[in-house]
Amino acid sequence: MNSESGIQDDTQLTIEQAIANLQGEDLGLRVYAAWWLGRFRVDAPEAIDVLMAALEDEDDRTHTGGYPLRRNAARALGKLGDRRAVPVLLHALTCSDFYVREAAAQSLEMLGDRSSISLLVELLNDRVAGTHPAPEPPQLTQPFDAILEALGTLGAVEAIPDIRPFLDHFVPRVQYAAARAMYQLSEPGMADEYGDRLVQALSHDDLQLRRAVLADLGAIGYLGAADAIAQTLAENSLKLISLKGLLEKQVLLTSPPHLSPGAIKVMTIMDELL
Amino acid sequence: MSDSLSPLIRAVEAADSSTLLTEAVQNLAAARQTGAIPTLIAALSYNNPGAAVAAVEGLIHLGEPAVPALIELLDLHNYTARSWAIRALAGIGDPRGLVTLLGVATADFSLSVRRAAARGLGMMKWHWFPADLLEVAQEEVLEALLFVAQQDDEWVVRYAAVVGLQSLTGAVDETYSEWRSRIHSQFEYMANHDQSAAVRARVWMAQQQIQAGAIVPPVEDRSPLSSTDWQVILEGLYSRKGQERLVLAEGDPRRYHGLAVSIAQKTENS
Repeated sequence: MNSESGIQDDTQLTIEQAIANLQGEDLGLRVYAAWWLGRFRVDAPEAIDVLMAALEDEDDRTHTGGYPLRRNAARALGKLGDRRAVPVLLHALTCSDFYVREAAAQSLEMLGDRSSISLLVELLNDRVAGTHPAPEPPQLTQPFDAILEALGTLGAVEAIPDIRPFLDHFVPRVQYAAARAMYQLSEPGMADEYGDRLVQALSHDDLQLRRAVLADLGAIGYLGAADAIAQTLAENSLKLISLKGLLEKQVLLTSPPHLSPGAIKVMTIMDELL
Repeated sequence: MSDSLSPLIRAVEAADSSTLLTEAVQNLAAARQTGAIPTLIAALSYNNPGAAVAAVEGLIHLGEPAVPALIELLDLHNYTARSWAIRALAGIGDPRGLVTLLGVATADFSLSVRRAAARGLGMMKWHWFPADLLEVAQEEVLEALLFVAQQDDEWVVRYAAVVGLQSLTGAVDETYSEWRSRIHSQFEYMANHDQSAAVRARVWMAQQQIQAGAIVPPVEDRSPLSSTDWQVILEGLYSRKGQERLVLAEGDPRRYHGLAVSIAQKTENS
């Protein structure tokens, strides 16, 4: 139950050791240290410094030219909440490695820095030179879902014309990311149309996609999805996390301990899924 | 077995893909017939979450008749099947699941098992309990749910403990004002301090519903449990209490000996 003691028992790493490992010779220890610093939210300034340096690493390469250490460093920097990392993450958006760009887009979303919007739009339109596609099918040229989600979270209303075409993208996951962003960027009355697109996606044949859409609906907190979430063929754990997102959005509408009718409805549904 | 059930059971047995199996189990569960119980129980061991969820739902609807087979499953060393069986027992609220739920609510590795157990503990069929055993059982449930509400790391398990404590408040006799005030204090604390907004919101709802007197209407069906069943439950509670005493020195297990005798006599006579 005590998470702090659990950390030490599980890993045997200390903050000092992780920071030292990240600068050491052993590539395996470096890539693990980068993950570890993010996982355990080590936001000490020295940790940020070494992670930012790791985003420029040239030593750790896969046979296809990927940068595993840069990927982990980019992911960790998003979790640590220090906006000093924004310039290096912006540079990482132009990295040849698809997965570094994906991690950088997700981290810029988490850091909530609107200065990244213009470059994200460039990337969405595939106008950044030297960026290689994903190595796996369908070999997307850019991590469109991560970019679209970041634009939605960052409130990039100016990007709506660039986002809209992705509602019809051939990859369902990308369509849903576009719908999610459009929901967040639209006026309240107009947004439901995009929330309803996600509700329809809850009946997709592919379980992985249904799970992803549950996460999307939780992230945007679309109240109109509550009943459909409960009916989705997926694990109750994931439905509960999704409904928690709806509930948290409802809680913001009233001052405690008052509850909106929507909050009461969502909790009544959640009770049945426990 | 009715004629309408046989094709549904054959469909489960013949299913050769994960999707077909889930659908077949859903259809069988929807039939709501006790003849489906052995097949639904078997579906808990197939290592197919979709089929298991459907089977759990079906078994919960069938209720008491499914309990003996579920208890049997608990003794097998199949962790996955066991955790599904616990979720079904939690949903049914049969007292024969009480001791198992008490054990897993506070200690199971899986958060979905702890979650289901915490909710199920509050929703026991309390009206089945003999009066004397009721007090012992509710006190154990109260301690377990307060522990979970205070200590569990997972928001959803604490949320379920709040739901369980709210149900328990509705079931506890008015004379146990100390128990009610302990639940009240725990809610007061969580309403402001639980780190999850979802849990805080659920506490507010519980407080408001308790204050408004929104209590589940009493159900009057009679307990189908035998005196042996109650003996087993009592011995389980006794052994739990004995283990706690080693650490906590709280409560005296010896009082249960007298209680065991009196319950045995009462249930034999009724």
